[in-house]
Amino acid sequence: MSEQVSELDLQAYADGKLPEERRAAVAAWLAANSEDAERIDSYRRLAEELRSTYEGVLAEPVPERLQRAVRPARARRFALVAMWAVLGAALGAIAGWQLHDAWRPAPGPIADTGAAMARRAAVAHAVYSPEVRYPVEVRADQEAHLLAWLSKRLGAPVRAPKLDAVGYSLMGGRLLPGENGPVAHFMYQSERGTRITLYVRTEAASNQETAFRFAKEGNVRVFYWMDRKLGYALSSADIGKDDLFKVANAVYQQLNP
Amino acid sequence: MNEAQRLVELIPRLRRYARALVGDRATADDLVQDTLERAWAKLHLYRRGTDLRAWLFTVMHNVHVNRVRAARPTDTLEDEMPELAQRAAQGDALLVRDLDRGIARLPAEQRAVLLLVTLEEMSYEQVARTLGIPIGTVMSRLSRAREKLRAMMLGQPAPAKLKIVK
Repeated sequence: MSEQVSELDLQAYADGKLPEERRAAVAAWLAANSEDAERIDSYRRLAEELRSTYEGVLAEPVPERLQRAVRPARARRFALVAMWAVLGAALGAIAGWQLHDAWRPAPGPIADTGAAMARRAAVAHAVYSPEVRYPVEVRADQEAHLLAWLSKRLGAPVRAPKLDAVGYSLMGGRLLPGENGPVAHFMYQSERGTRITLYVRTEAASNQETAFRFAKEGNVRVFYWMDRKLGYALSSADIGKDDLFKVANAVYQQLNP
Repeated sequence: MNEAQRLVELIPRLRRYARALVGDRATADDLVQDTLERAWAKLHLYRRGTDLRAWLFTVMHNVHVNRVRAARPTDTLEDEMPELAQRAAQGDALLVRDLDRGIARLPAEQRAVLLLVTLEEMSYEQVARTLGIPIGTVMSRLSRAREKLRAMMLGQPAPAKLKIVK
């Protein structure tokens, strides 16, 4: 009298995936039930035929176009070009600002309300957020390394807030040049693929705290604020002002527990 | 980048699976190309240390489903199979061609399961994860796919219901 076996056992037996301890029972069943034995045998033969039919594909040379698909492309994406066009005015303003700076030896920190930072943040967002291949320099799976590096370069402890509660996960970050020195730039993405970026700069001269301010540069919305030693600008072209405000609040709360 | 090299190494397997999935070479390679481009663009979503092959086949599965939907907007990918004329088993060359054709006649979702199990030799858990379906569904699709294919190869219609040995 052979042990009871299930259809699952038989399928797994045909695939050679049955746990060792069940094999004897199934073999005994098949010895006693010729119909099942024949069926399972034909499954095995079909699998073998299937493998031998397509085995040759593995040895074929991989077409060039497929190899190219995993190489970085230099072509700029349409979205990026479109963003640049929309941001033309903002870029002009920044070029002007930089030129202006170049002619003025010491920009007064008193007048700096962060508007320049918001513009720079918007441009950085427009440049990097449509990026498909290299949206960030260091990815989130090396977060500790990323934060250590950026903190060192900025000369201040930099943190990447966790925004999962508001639907955004950290993709990673990069170092950017700002008007006063290095800037930390973090990118986040939602499940739907919408992206936001957080621009963090050091506030060398000021020790002030400000409320949230809002700016719109082209199609990029920016909330920005200063908090003692650091200035922050949170940008997105994908979500509306209200949603972005929620994220800005989450960022602020994370950084000021 | 490490993952990029591993992606490249997996291309032949993607091509084999795609060939069996869609039949002709050009369409299969189009599918592989779309898959690689999408995988490359979404690589930051891949969690390091997890099964890159399963992730890549998931990407391919999604790309394939979208392509089929786009090509045939009314096709709902239902479990439908055209009747096959009865025919006796013949020589080996013919058998291989029949196998090709038999696979093409399986419902898409059964075909995917059968190919991942036999060609990729994935575990049932891996197939379930790759296709985003419960393991019970993997088993029932596998079982139905095999029985249909066997019936086709024997030139017999598939039985309406599979005998469950208990």
